[in-house]
Amino acid sequence: MDLGLAQNWFFLVISLVMVAASLVVVTSRNVMHAALMLVAALAGSAGLFILLGAEFVAGVLVLVYIGAVIVLFLFGVMITRVEIGRSRSLDHANRWPPAFIAVATFAVLAGSAVAFFGDEKIGGLDTVRTSEIGTTIFDRFVVPFEVVSFVLLAALIGGIVLARKDPES
Amino acid sequence: MTIAQFLVLSAAMFSIGIYGVLIRRNAVLVLLSVELMLAAVNINFVAFCRFLEDTAAGGQVFALFIITVAAAEVGIGLAIVLLIFRNRASANIDELDALKW
Repeated sequence: MDLGLAQNWFFLVISLVMVAASLVVVTSRNVMHAALMLVAALAGSAGLFILLGAEFVAGVLVLVYIGAVIVLFLFGVMITRVEIGRSRSLDHANRWPPAFIAVATFAVLAGSAVAFFGDEKIGGLDTVRTSEIGTTIFDRFVVPFEVVSFVLLAALIGGIVLARKDPES
Repeated sequence: MTIAQFLVLSAAMFSIGIYGVLIRRNAVLVLLSVELMLAAVNINFVAFCRFLEDTAAGGQVFALFIITVAAAEVGIGLAIVLLIFRNRASANIDELDALKW
């Protein structure tokens, strides 16, 4: 089969799965289903990254998001005792203003993207080697890299300080 | 594959995330929707990195930065939600009206 056609079919399947999973994330009455459908949406985006030749980012996404962040979310759901199982009070009563804002945002973003880029093609399948990403991080982006690692450290310490029970009380 | 495909998909996921942030009452679910929006931005970065044929992979590096910052955000966000839950016995954001007058 033609490579471009195969890529388009993969894109179609992955994007349909992602949009369906995202809709379940925002509409589900069951908190566990919402968190697990986020896994499906993020796994779809990892598939898209592989389609775009960004294997390292796809691997990091699977490790960090699906491996760690989702587990953290499940802990959050269980600790805060949101009613696991169906519950009626998860959403606001008035759902039309948010829907209108979301549709308007989509119309503006997608319309401007299509109007500006039309059908300009993305080049064929050649991957960026991981060594090039490493070289870029420690060459052009070394200061942002250090800053982001400091942010992560500060956030972890802050999380521990916030969530710890106060010893005096 | 055209670049517009990826941009439209990312716009769809971003709008779904906005809807989720506005409609949900529970703080954990709001954070889940924020994750959707960040994932949409990541798709844009990687697609443009490929489209512009950036051999230094700057877009992918920025996607990695976003993943890191999102992990930090989830960690501290869930700690705050836990604290709110401990103080108010509820994680619904519309009940947090202490600063409203």
